[in-house]
Amino acid sequence: MSSDLTPRSDGSPEATGAHGVVSGSGVNDRLARPDYAGPGALPLAAVDHTPRRSDLYPKAARRVERQITLMFLLSMLMAVLFIVGYVAIDVGTEIYIPVLGGVGFQNLVLGVTFGLGVFLIGAGAIQWAKKLMPDVEVVQDRHPLPSTPTEDAKAAEQYQRGKEESGFAAYRIMRRTLIGALALFPIPLVVLVRDMWTNDDPALAGQSPAEILSSTAWTGGLRIVTDGTFQPLRPADIPVGGLVSALPENIEEIQKEAHNLNERGKSAIILVRMDPEDIRAQQGEGWDYQGILAYSKICTHVGCPIALYEHRTHHLLCPCHQSTFDLADAGNVIFGPAARSMPQLPIGVDEEGFLVAASDFNQPVGPSFWERG
Amino acid sequence: MKALAAHRRHPIMGLVLLLLALGVVGGVYGVATTAPSSADTALVGDQTQIEEGRRLYLEGCSSCHGLNAEGGSAGPTLIGVGAAAVHFQVATGRMPLAAPGAQAPVKDAIYTSEETLQMAAYIASLAPGPAIPTAEQIDYTDADIAEGGVLFRINCAQCHQAAGQGGALTQGKYAPSLMSATPQEIYEAMLTGPQNMPIFADTTLPTPDKQAIIAYVVDLQQAPSPGGLSLGRLGPVVEGLFLWTAVFAALIGAAVWIGMRAR
Ligand code: FES
Repeated sequence: MSSDLTPRSDGSPEATGAHGVVSGSGVNDRLARPDYAGPGALPLAAVDHTPRRSDLYPKAARRVERQITLMFLLSMLMAVLFIVGYVAIDVGTEIYIPVLGGVGFQNLVLGVTFGLGVFLIGAGAIQWAKKLMPDVEVVQDRHPLPSTPTEDAKAAEQYQRGKEESGFAAYRIMRRTLIGALALFPIPLVVLVRDMWTNDDPALAGQSPAEILSSTAWTGGLRIVTDGTFQPLRPADIPVGGLVSALPENIEEIQKEAHNLNERGKSAIILVRMDPEDIRAQQGEGWDYQGILAYSKICTHVGCPIALYEHRTHHLLCPCHQSTFDLADAGNVIFGPAARSMPQLPIGVDEEGFLVAASDFNQPVGPSFWERG
Repeated sequence: MKALAAHRRHPIMGLVLLLLALGVVGGVYGVATTAPSSADTALVGDQTQIEEGRRLYLEGCSSCHGLNAEGGSAGPTLIGVGAAAVHFQVATGRMPLAAPGAQAPVKDAIYTSEETLQMAAYIASLAPGPAIPTAEQIDYTDADIAEGGVLFRINCAQCHQAAGQGGALTQGKYAPSLMSATPQEIYEAMLTGPQNMPIFADTTLPTPDKQAIIAYVVDLQQAPSPGGLSLGRLGPVVEGLFLWTAVFAALIGAAVWIGMRAR
């Protein structure tokens, strides 16, 4: 489309015509266009025209016609078969198809008939367009990307006029205060974002998010219970090579009160037992109990729960990004993106002989956050 | 890229794209494994059974595990592993190993179930260890599948994947798929912690809990896949990959066909 405002400087046509070849692109002028010969009349391309068989032989054209008709007929058949399949096939029927395996028969029939029904309409339409509709090669020019110098000048002039008429350059103080107002305006929204976390738990009232993230439900003397069945554990229950996913004994009450799983997420641990001689290092002196070690279950990378414990290598692997922690060596990272070792929970037993936490973790569990440092 | 673009409209391109798509689908699908044979449950062995087992042990196992099952550099000690461990390892064909490596893969069992029980009896006679679970212990008919699902996700899914399809561990090791594991094998594996799997003893995961887990795994094994082509039930990553490769290849193929010059 040529612009009404700025007549093109050049673009003189060299040849036009219904079946002629247009080569309107002036070599020197990159803004030149082929002559515009009115709506719908696209310039023809300078390529050799090979006529299609259906153009040359009426017989071939009729064959194509029959093909396309057949496609549309088949599409109708598919629509009918779809309804038949829907009504006649029991939903539960399963059939075996090689490669696919056991498949719901109705699912298969509905999918295949509907898919083919739509596909055949499209394929027929494309065949029609390709084989029977008029066959001429045309060139559709792209608009030249840069504006013309006249357009550029006009834009610049309008900008200048706007600047002068608005007085944006003249009223200096007003301009600066406007910029200041615009800069401050989004800050209240940022302040709201800071407090998006909710804290319904009265026990945590007054604590900052960083403080809440830094402590868990574990306290000294709190019994360790199995996750899922909530049974307290005695040291003898865990054999060497054993693995237990565990939680603090009061986790269910905490959850009920807080109406969320936050504490469960933070205090989940795994207990593993190894030959005490295999333990090369721990995060604190005597934090194990006769070879039973308690580590956080939350990956220090971005917080996936992990319990892929290999009891012969003592490696704990995170399936999310393959961080590997060596639980025989103070939970240190031996592979992967995690930057911190897995926090260890010091444990002991109470008077009744059940495993208990000796204290809370001495560092925040889970992924790093700003204030954690 | 130029060369590729030049051949884009070649009639054979459609075929090439189709083959490419099929190849990808086939590769993704080819992760299924075959079922090991199961063995009958039997209990404590008598003296002849133990002696026969010792003979088989010396022949087939002692080169790695030592003449007295004391272990060595090539294999761990078998003293105290119990009959359940022997039965699990031998009946699933994991032992004897075909070749040393990161993983002891499942293969066709080499020993008959009778021989397996003889070896189990011999190892059990060396030191007390977990016995082969009884038929009652592995009877999961009254177990709660939903509860089993909860316990499975807490204790097993991290390695064996939520749908029991297995998954990778470190350095070439992997947790196998559970799709062909029998209830007895599942019970024995939890009890004895084969290879790098930790032990889930009856003290921390009592028999009813194990039965619930077995019920859940059996349910997974039998679960139909109405759409067919479950892609290993590996989840959205695999399904997305399938879409982006196979389905996109098909769409590109269609686009190439639409753009091809009619003749
Ligand atoms: S969350 Fe564990 S490695 Fe990324």
